[in-house]
Amino acid sequence: MTARPDTSRSGAAGRREVSARLPWMLVLPAVAGLAFLVLPLAGLLIRAPWPTLLRRLAEPQVLEALRLSLLCATSATAVCVLFGVPLAWLLARVEFPGRRVVRALVTVPLVLPPVVGGVALLLVLGRRGLIGQWLESAFGITLPFTTIGVIVAEAFVATPFLVISVEGALRAADRRFEEAAATLGASRWTVFRRVTLPLIMPGVVAGAVLCWARALGEFGATITFAGNFPGTTRTMPLAVYLALETEPEAAIVLSLVLLTVSVVILAGLRDRWVNSP
Amino acid sequence: MVFRRLSRWAVAVPVALVIAGLSGCGSEEPATSSASTAAAAGAKELNVFAAASLTGTFTELGRTFETAHPGTTVKFNFGSSATLAQQIVQGAPADVFAAASPATMKTVTDASPASAPTTFVRNKLEIAVPKDNPAKVDELKDLTDPTVKVALCAEQVPCGAAAVRALNAAGLKVTPVTLEQDVKATLTKVELGEVDAALVYTTDVIAAAGKVRGIDFPEADKAINDYPIATLSKAPAGDLAKQFVDLVLSQQGKDVLTTAGFEAP
Repeated sequence: MTARPDTSRSGAAGRREVSARLPWMLVLPAVAGLAFLVLPLAGLLIRAPWPTLLRRLAEPQVLEALRLSLLCATSATAVCVLFGVPLAWLLARVEFPGRRVVRALVTVPLVLPPVVGGVALLLVLGRRGLIGQWLESAFGITLPFTTIGVIVAEAFVATPFLVISVEGALRAADRRFEEAAATLGASRWTVFRRVTLPLIMPGVVAGAVLCWARALGEFGATITFAGNFPGTTRTMPLAVYLALETEPEAAIVLSLVLLTVSVVILAGLRDRWVNSP
Repeated sequence: MVFRRLSRWAVAVPVALVIAGLSGCGSEEPATSSASTAAAAGAKELNVFAAASLTGTFTELGRTFETAHPGTTVKFNFGSSATLAQQIVQGAPADVFAAASPATMKTVTDASPASAPTTFVRNKLEIAVPKDNPAKVDELKDLTDPTVKVALCAEQVPCGAAAVRALNAAGLKVTPVTLEQDVKATLTKVELGEVDAALVYTTDVIAAAGKVRGIDFPEADKAINDYPIATLSKAPAGDLAKQFVDLVLSQQGKDVLTTAGFEAP
């Protein structure tokens, strides 16, 4: 990140020399950038209705939205791990034609506006969608407006975070361990389970946590695909949006909860995320 | 060391900025918006904040206005009335506000000086169903059937408040599958066939002509939404704002609005 201190010099002279070379042209915009990112969050803290905070947090609708958010984000993360780890393994370990295209496709939800993701999900999994139609006629399952729908929307948006993280870990993992295991007669599955997976576990955990945080904050795809109904599909971000219509103070309180959760998660993860290969 | 030196600044500068920001935020909250309005500089620009259900008609009236006042640009901000009201209260630069309910208008007039609001149109609810009406809905009572998937607007926005009034008037209890954040989103769920029915405005059904079918119901008369319009006194383009409201209230404006399905007040 920054220039390392020059260890060959010591004391004041060295310090002066280094500080003279401090590139203010970079430091000032960097600090401005930091302020730009932090000030809105500070604004949230300043405008928070502290005296009524606890009472508002204990309101049944808030607790319901929070419970639903935690449930959905956790389930979505489980789905992401279940499908994302094998997907990452495929991308990192298997040569196949079109791998670059597949990798690009996997990361599309990262840059796709979530609303667009929601629309796409509706067109495929909605009641009249390509697959949704069939799901309804054959099994009587409809995903929109259900909690499962929220989980699907969140998993769609969050999976890339897991795949990228795990693929990075797989590429960085020393393959000689896997080769050694294979020469000792372990099957590919055993190698994956007993050698590869433990090796990349930190990457999986980091990916899963990011995935969870992303799912928790998901708004656009959820409201588009799963709708908004208290207790079934109204997660915290949706509750924030609706509260803003009539009761901005409540929206601030809900936002604070989400902000706290996000900061705690990311702070706990910072080294892993920043240094992960 | 460099780190220590850097970190001292890294703390001091943001702190200073935060303090500067704080001291500013208390005193000049309402003023920040007007400063950002280019219109104040004499560029003839009129900012009209209007309910999403007015999108079609107001866009047309805006064009008429621009033709009648060469050099003037009418800029629209369409959205849920409740959202717009919050934006104006928070200092968004609006010259004219046209809301889908007196309640949302009141939010604005309570918080900032404005002309007395005039009701210019009224809007009625209808049941919107997909063209093929898969659930065979033909009256309000059919929405209570638990196998019928119903979308309503959230109660926080005017179309949702109207839906609650209509259902209460009919003495019916409907459990929707979703409470959408505005009337357009509600209608979209019908257009896509994701729900079997929704309560939306007559005007929205007309605007979506061919994609959905509208069904009238008698209780809709109990839940008519009045649309008030007002100019905001701090309007940087005060005269223009008044002239725009005059256009909306004129016969020409009425014609445009009634063609779209609005009722005269």
